[in-house]
Amino acid sequence: MSKVQLTNVRKTYPNGAEAVRGVDMEIESGEFIVFVGPSGCGKSTLLRMVAGLESVTSGQVLIDDRLINDVSPAERDVAMVFQNYALYPHMTVRGNMSYGLKNRGLPKAEIDQKVTEAAKMLRIGDFLDRQPSQLSGGQRQRVAMGRAIVREPKVFLFDEPLSNLDAKLRVQMRIEIKRLQRRMNVTSIYVTHDQTEAMTLADRLAVVNDGKIEQMGSPIDLYNNPATLFVASFIGSPQVNLLPATFDGQHLISGDLKLSGFGDLPTSTELVLGIRPDELRLDESGPFLLRVDIVEQHGSDNLIYGGVLGAMNDGDQETEFCFKTSQDMLPDLDSTLKLGFNDERAMVFNKVTGERLR
Amino acid sequence: MKRVQFEHSAIPYLFVAPQIIIIVVFFLWPAAQAIYQSFLLEDAFGLSSQFVWFRNYEDTILSESWLQAAGFTVLFSALVTFLSLALALLLAVKANEVIRGASTYKTTLMWAYAIAPPVAGLMGNLMFNPLIGDLYKFLNAIGWDFNHKLDSFDAGFVVVLISVWKQVSVNFIFFLSGLQGIPKSVLEASLMDCKSSLRRFWTITFPLLAPTTFFLMVINITYAFFETFGIIDTTTRGAPGGATTTLVFKVFQDGFRGADIGGSSAQSVVLMIMVLALTVVQFRFIERKVHY
Ligand SMILES: Nc1ncnc2c1ncn2[C@@H]1O[C@H](COP(=O)(O)OP(=O)(O)O)[C@@H](O)[C@H]1O
Ligand SMILES: [Mg+2]
Repeated sequence: MSKVQLTNVRKTYPNGAEAVRGVDMEIESGEFIVFVGPSGCGKSTLLRMVAGLESVTSGQVLIDDRLINDVSPAERDVAMVFQNYALYPHMTVRGNMSYGLKNRGLPKAEIDQKVTEAAKMLRIGDFLDRQPSQLSGGQRQRVAMGRAIVREPKVFLFDEPLSNLDAKLRVQMRIEIKRLQRRMNVTSIYVTHDQTEAMTLADRLAVVNDGKIEQMGSPIDLYNNPATLFVASFIGSPQVNLLPATFDGQHLISGDLKLSGFGDLPTSTELVLGIRPDELRLDESGPFLLRVDIVEQHGSDNLIYGGVLGAMNDGDQETEFCFKTSQDMLPDLDSTLKLGFNDERAMVFNKVTGERLR
Repeated sequence: MKRVQFEHSAIPYLFVAPQIIIIVVFFLWPAAQAIYQSFLLEDAFGLSSQFVWFRNYEDTILSESWLQAAGFTVLFSALVTFLSLALALLLAVKANEVIRGASTYKTTLMWAYAIAPPVAGLMGNLMFNPLIGDLYKFLNAIGWDFNHKLDSFDAGFVVVLISVWKQVSVNFIFFLSGLQGIPKSVLEASLMDCKSSLRRFWTITFPLLAPTTFFLMVINITYAFFETFGIIDTTTRGAPGGATTTLVFKVFQDGFRGADIGGSSAQSVVLMIMVLALTVVQFRFIERKVHY
């Protein structure tokens, strides 16, 4: 049970790339934290600084109130699961799992007991004497998890551990990781670019953008109350519908559209209106006319994609909307649907700064 | 029911023909010649010869000078192989850690690769020249009564030194690319599992280099056996008193200098058998252990 604390952590690589630009964070004991963000935003770098695999340019990394900036990775009492598993190819599964314990001088009987226990928990007991090359991707992933578990570290670190697995296995492993973490109650930091993984695993989610934490909170909180345009568009699947607009004092204007129900917005700035696909509804008096392009049937619900007549985006093309509806809703292609939205739940952002205005 | 029959055509044979011709002309034919010659005894002028069965083998292999050469060859090959591998591995590990100026460092270390063994020998000769040789003077200056013309240990030192120097760069290149082939994440995983860098090297890096090391060992033993001929011929010529004569050098000496074609052929055949045996041993017993 351990706390992790980052204060004004920065990382500049020797080539000048500023990967992390000042991150503050407090992770409570036993919490499952997910760093999520687009590729290249610096989430791996941040994780690797906690692991000790990257030096910290400035700022402080603390585990249980102990400053570990200059402590070697092996002495931080953290364990990491890598994307490509990073198993030792010349050792058996047992060798892989016991290597870290051996180096820490544990007695052999104790190592054997821990390995057997972890292998049972991960259902890899039958493979203990195989080489990694004789295992499937999913099995290797389990071994990598086992190697981390036997160490009984203060903190688990995961860097996109499921990215190399196929979709079905990914869902299974996701559930298993969550279950293990619950059972062992070890503080965990998990990096992913996959927002479904992020939403389902996290106690708290940190959305990373360009080396900074854009927003941090519980998944549902971030979904319901995104603080910025970036968070709104990153969290939620299918993505939030965005409509460029301006405010004339009474209405939001977007192309030929005039939307009422908004007040108290700046008139001089460019704005973006955000409406989640499930906040749209069929409404004869609604403001949007959607020309149906594609209907995706996902089983329980259908996603209808199409252009909004009269609404132009920056590229002077029709803005695309996604409308989430029930499975019996099957409009013809090129037919039009009249849509309204729940203006209580609609979000407005400053287009330039990305700041949420309402 | 009709069975599928593949048409046999001559074309595949045509494609492998060059390879086969090369093997026959440059390997099988000389080998057969050597075996044939090894059973013959020629008179001093090479005018007539007589089939003597294994007399040539008995005469040469049981001779003291051959046994001495065999002993030296084994010791010499072991030393050259071990030292050039160890040194190259050390340099490669260090070069792999260098970040700034890495390519200059690496290129410099690779240079010796371009030098042919006889040229390396000539350079060594200059450095160990009693009149102008810097190394000769240096070794004497630090209190070693060094004279490779008279002292067999010193002579051995010279040929081992030059042979190792020449071979280190080849080994270095292979070790370096071997090191760079080890996945970064595996090393990082070990960084979290083990805090001693020396221990990490012996438990992770070195085992993962095993295929490279094995390959280089085969190459280096062959080098020490055969290719160092040029170095020995240009430095000690087997002197003093045959102390630095390798088996290959002795084949050359007895055959060309001594004009004992039969004896020299017998030695070649024995050498062939030794190398064959060595290769079989290497591939049978060691290779099995290095692949994971
Ligand atoms: N070793 C490195 N040297 C220089 N720049 C790097 C290095 N590693 C990552 N970067 C840069 O830092 C930024 C963040 O990288 P990373 O943390 O790997 O992103 P993410 O994991 O979010 O995809 C990227 O712009 C990347 O190009
Ligand atoms: Mg990454």
